[in-house]
Amino acid sequence: MRTKREEDTPLLDVRDLTTHFSLRGSFGGRLIGRDAGSVKAVDGVSFQLHHGEVLGLVGESGSGKTTLGRTILRLADATGGSIRLDGEEIAHLSESAFRPYRRRMQIVFQDPHASLNPAMDLLTAVGHPLVIHGLVKDKAALRVAVGDALERVGLAPVERFFDKYPSDLSGGQKQRAVLARAIILGPELLVADEPVSMLDMSVRAKILELMLKLKDELDLTYLYITHDLATAKFFCDRIAIMYLGRIVEIGPTASIFADPKHPYTVSLLRAIPDPDPDRTVPRDLPRGEVPDAVQPPLGCSFHPRCPRAFGRCGWESRDLADLFERRWTAMAEADYEHERATVGDLARIEAATTAATVPAGRGRTGEDVLELLATIRDADAAEPFWSGVREMTANGDHVDVTFTDGEDPSLRAAGDVEVACHLYEGATSA
Amino acid sequence: MNPPVLSVRDLRVWYGTARGAVRAVDGVSFDLTPGETLGLVGESGCGKSTLGRGLMGLLPEGTAIDGEIHYEDRDLLALPPKQQRSVRGPDIAMIFQEPMTRLDPLMRIDDHFAETLKTHEPDLSAQEIRTRSLEALGGMGIPPTRFRQYPHEFSGGMRQRIMIALALVLRPRVVIADEPTTALDVLVEAQILGILADLRRNFDTALLLITHNLGIVAEACDRVAVMYAGRIVEEGSSRDVFREPQHPYTQALLGSIISLSTTELRSIPGAPPDLSMPPPGCRFHPRCDQAMVVCADREPIEERPLPGRRVSCWRYGPDEEIPPGGTEPLVREEIAVADEA
Repeated sequence: MRTKREEDTPLLDVRDLTTHFSLRGSFGGRLIGRDAGSVKAVDGVSFQLHHGEVLGLVGESGSGKTTLGRTILRLADATGGSIRLDGEEIAHLSESAFRPYRRRMQIVFQDPHASLNPAMDLLTAVGHPLVIHGLVKDKAALRVAVGDALERVGLAPVERFFDKYPSDLSGGQKQRAVLARAIILGPELLVADEPVSMLDMSVRAKILELMLKLKDELDLTYLYITHDLATAKFFCDRIAIMYLGRIVEIGPTASIFADPKHPYTVSLLRAIPDPDPDRTVPRDLPRGEVPDAVQPPLGCSFHPRCPRAFGRCGWESRDLADLFERRWTAMAEADYEHERATVGDLARIEAATTAATVPAGRGRTGEDVLELLATIRDADAAEPFWSGVREMTANGDHVDVTFTDGEDPSLRAAGDVEVACHLYEGATSA
Repeated sequence: MNPPVLSVRDLRVWYGTARGAVRAVDGVSFDLTPGETLGLVGESGCGKSTLGRGLMGLLPEGTAIDGEIHYEDRDLLALPPKQQRSVRGPDIAMIFQEPMTRLDPLMRIDDHFAETLKTHEPDLSAQEIRTRSLEALGGMGIPPTRFRQYPHEFSGGMRQRIMIALALVLRPRVVIADEPTTALDVLVEAQILGILADLRRNFDTALLLITHNLGIVAEACDRVAVMYAGRIVEEGSSRDVFREPQHPYTQALLGSIISLSTTELRSIPGAPPDLSMPPPGCRFHPRCDQAMVVCADREPIEERPLPGRRVSCWRYGPDEEIPPGGTEPLVREEIAVADEA
């Protein structure tokens, strides 16, 4: 039975968590003490995970979902914020002070093959955590404990599996062994990082079923990290959608799927291939890819790809460079050569600023560039980019472009979910 | 119907191991017509990638290939290796799964294109090479401003698009794509599938799409061939096969998909067989919930129960070949977790 305090306190309470990795930069740069910047892998994440709950962290590669999971387990160092396990702060404990908590939180990785030491038989591998934590006195006790764990994950008769090596096992069996090792210390929280992504379609269902069974039998709480919305929909009570180190939408699974709010969530849902032969490949998808996390876009990180972006979303100089590139990609070679010559070095507008100086090409003037920009705007006035442009003026050999100041949206309640998007400001919770 | 551009007959690929010969592809036949996309699906280890490599002549040493690959009235496998290469090079192209490992990190993008074009079309001028390359890259959404950059300066999705542009710059008539989007995120995957769909519409390119993702097949393929243990067990239009799968393996495979409409988890018991000693009779019978006595005993004969559909399963006959009592349900051994995939 749980005590009253446990009922009220979330098992995991993460507040404003950041994990930044600093870049080393060049040798010369380090000599003169220049900061090479940092990758903001997790950049201000807050959520709560309650006892017995399954929370899905869903995002593309580079969204920071894996780093977030690793930070919670202290496999990566938090650079800020707090992590509370059952009310106790664990984010900044020393390694030795943290050790008792390790037994309470375990992780399962994506690649079961890489998670198992090829030179250890299953008895040794699955029992390893018990030995490390000094919880078994002799070999007989080890066999009993490992046998119990293997039995629970379905690797039975267990005697047949004790002396098997990872290379003797199929992918599904290896992931079962990894799960056995994860539960052997009796953890409360299991972080599962893409536990079925590397398995064949035909065994994914079995491993997910096993995880649900273990959750019921052992009273586990799961943080399920995945890029796959379909398994998340089936498996999770709540879902957090991540993009570039932030949670952009979080709420009950049913609400997220029935009425996705953030434009990123909407496009993710539309892009999943569905085994329905009447559906065709969707066409109106966000352009481009997840940008660099060293210098994320200003304002809302999703704005350069967002089909519904508008003035306040954080338009900046780099978006202008993208605009030129998109236009030129679709042009015939001769037309491209002509327009390219009008504009000078694009590297000069590849900066994260809300004031761009667009240089003219050799022999061209600022007026020529301004004329080109006007042509581009007239060709597609509905392009969201133009809603963020405040002013364009020709000055000698360049054009000065200024942008509306953007704002970084924060998570706000909208219905029974929370969403970080300017489109939902002023929406009240139901 | 259009005459096929590629016609494969009774193709076999096998290689030796310590356990004996592994028949990775064991008597596969199919046709591919211009502008058509054929999806080739199955679990890992069913031979689908080996089949793709066999078609391209990219099998590792120590592998044997036999059968017929007809391209433009010629049987490629009957030609000497050098002539095989001169046909495949410009006309049959391949797109691989890992774009990162297929570009030379020390070569600029424009040099990759120049090398490919010069090898197969030595008469092109430098200007023609540039125009052709930019056209191919533009079609894949790579800006011309990045033509002189190195592979590491591109993201994974862009590198895969560069690889596709490289495969297409020679204007091949057949493209074999082996899991082209498996390493990519779902949004980029959808972008690339859109590009591949445009390809067959605009250039009449025939596409063989090898994938384990049945969702992709449903959305992107005209026809689908389901492979199990080195053989095609069912083939038909993807609409029909997804609506009404006939082979029990196809039914099980479709049932195991976890999609947004999944409310109940289902899986296929057991694992695909070791191809050095496949089970007798129908190779799927140990995992099949509809197996009959005849299935454990005799290899199924291909039947065409519906127009445009072929299926190799005794449940669809021919009845006259089934010995008396052969249709009784087969008593199967229980499949334990110990035997799962």
